[in-house]
Amino acid sequence: MKLSLEEVKHVASLARLKLEPAEEELFRGQLSQVLDFINTLGELDTSSVEPMSHALDVKNVFREDRQEDRFDKQLWKANAPSQDYGHFRVPKIIEG
Amino acid sequence: MTDIVSLTLHELVAAMEKGRVSSREATAAYLERIEKVDPVINSYVTVDGEGAMKAADEADKRRASGQRTPVLGAPLAIKDLLATKGIRTTCASKILENFVPPYNASAVEKLLAAGAVILGKTNMDEFAMGSSNETSHFGPVKNPWDITKIPGGSSGGSAAAVAADLCSAALGSDTGGSIRQPASLCGIVGLKPTYGRVSRFGLVAFASSLDQIGPMTKDIRDAAILTGVISGHDPKDSTSVDTAVGDYLSGLEEGVEGMVIGVPKEYFVEGMDADVESLVRQSLKILESKGAKIKWISLPHTKYAVPAYYVIAPAEASSNLARYDGVKYGYRDQAVQGLSAMYSNTRNKGFGSEVKRRIMLGTYALSAGYYDAYYLKALKARALIKRDFVEAFSEVSVIMAPTAPSPAFGLGEKIDDPLKMYLSDIFTISANLAGIPGISVPCGFTGVGAPVGLQVMGSYFGEALVMRAARAIEREVGLVGVKPEIRAIVG
Repeated sequence: MKLSLEEVKHVASLARLKLEPAEEELFRGQLSQVLDFINTLGELDTSSVEPMSHALDVKNVFREDRQEDRFDKQLWKANAPSQDYGHFRVPKIIEG
Repeated sequence: MTDIVSLTLHELVAAMEKGRVSSREATAAYLERIEKVDPVINSYVTVDGEGAMKAADEADKRRASGQRTPVLGAPLAIKDLLATKGIRTTCASKILENFVPPYNASAVEKLLAAGAVILGKTNMDEFAMGSSNETSHFGPVKNPWDITKIPGGSSGGSAAAVAADLCSAALGSDTGGSIRQPASLCGIVGLKPTYGRVSRFGLVAFASSLDQIGPMTKDIRDAAILTGVISGHDPKDSTSVDTAVGDYLSGLEEGVEGMVIGVPKEYFVEGMDADVESLVRQSLKILESKGAKIKWISLPHTKYAVPAYYVIAPAEASSNLARYDGVKYGYRDQAVQGLSAMYSNTRNKGFGSEVKRRIMLGTYALSAGYYDAYYLKALKARALIKRDFVEAFSEVSVIMAPTAPSPAFGLGEKIDDPLKMYLSDIFTISANLAGIPGISVPCGFTGVGAPVGLQVMGSYFGEALVMRAARAIEREVGLVGVKPEIRAIVG
């Protein structure tokens, strides 16, 4: 099974990746090969198997809804690519 | 003390205890060796010399005032995906190249509280995605036993740093073999604990249901010591388990007499390196002569582990890595107009090829119309793989197998063939899917002198038994202290 170029472009747009044309071609071949390998899972009869999403039996863990001042805000802001007036600055959101 | 850097962690702490060496002297010796050797090996992304010396002095003071911990003053290396307050944490990615965490990972916090010294942050495959350390934004790590070979991955920097005596021990993380496979290829010990044993708080997430932090060390005793220090419940990680931390040290020397060792026939496959197979079989013979019972078993769903993993891990990664959007931290492509173009360009330029490939794979598997066929199917395969192990452990104490199908391969040999690279983890992935502990312990060298690891897997929270069995092999083969001669440096 080979992915179409359109499928690759569609998945890239879902993942917010603006791939170069050469990368689209490369990934098209490589992902198709990996998906063929993954398709061996189809051999398995899983009709009576429950899906396992976690290694151990987990349950919801609750804690008090209490505000903690865990981190120094200045340190967070120092990591921001762009900021102003104590806020993160982003490019224009409403386009056109 | 002539050769401080070659000591194991517990030997070094014992020497400090006797007043033969200070943490300051040991730390300085490691920093000096890093400066001399690491330009060739490339095991560190960041070295924090100043911070390390300060921490060493603090540790010496604590010791002088009568305080004792099993890691007090020991210089360690930390894989660069564990958050370290004030020391940049890059995940070996351009997108986090300048990220300085405002907090420590819980495992790091526990080490610091016990007085360990952090020398620096080790190189790795970008976001822990890789088996060769070649996907790092900071260049590949070289295998100290042969610098034309890869060290394994993704914790390749931690493995190489331990093997080359560039730290007394290190932390790594293991999502599909990322501690055990490089440990095998670099001739050191690496333990992946049971899922939930060590808090993942502050571990940059790759695949949250599989990731686990663990020690990478010069011998089993060091692995036992570090596991004891970093384990335990943490309210900050709701998947960390609230069961008592085991005593990993007291039974370590008890041997394998009467132990039933399961050997899965599916792990002795065609195409496996002949030296690897014969060294593993030889180890089993040794253990048999020491009173263990070897029992061939079947884990029938083994062949579905790699395909299931390459659905589940990328699916979780595609979701976890959605947070890298160039807004609050990390790299941002400033050249484009508009928010959505900024997202797509930032992500395309900030991530390397392998990371993008896995995000694409995961996004595809989770996308409309494919969820049942891929993700749900893989979760069901995962249940079958876990069931294989649960059934096996009703009959055997531990399971032994090779850690990796081959010794270290050449730099560049598999990097252009993702599927071939993925198959390097064929023997380690199942333990992550099931969530059980696994360790790699050196068991010999191939004809050309490449180290080979034996893998020991145990049942849930069976770390003590796993390390006791691995220790029996370590004692018999006697390779602790056998060091690589780093040819490009010597002379």
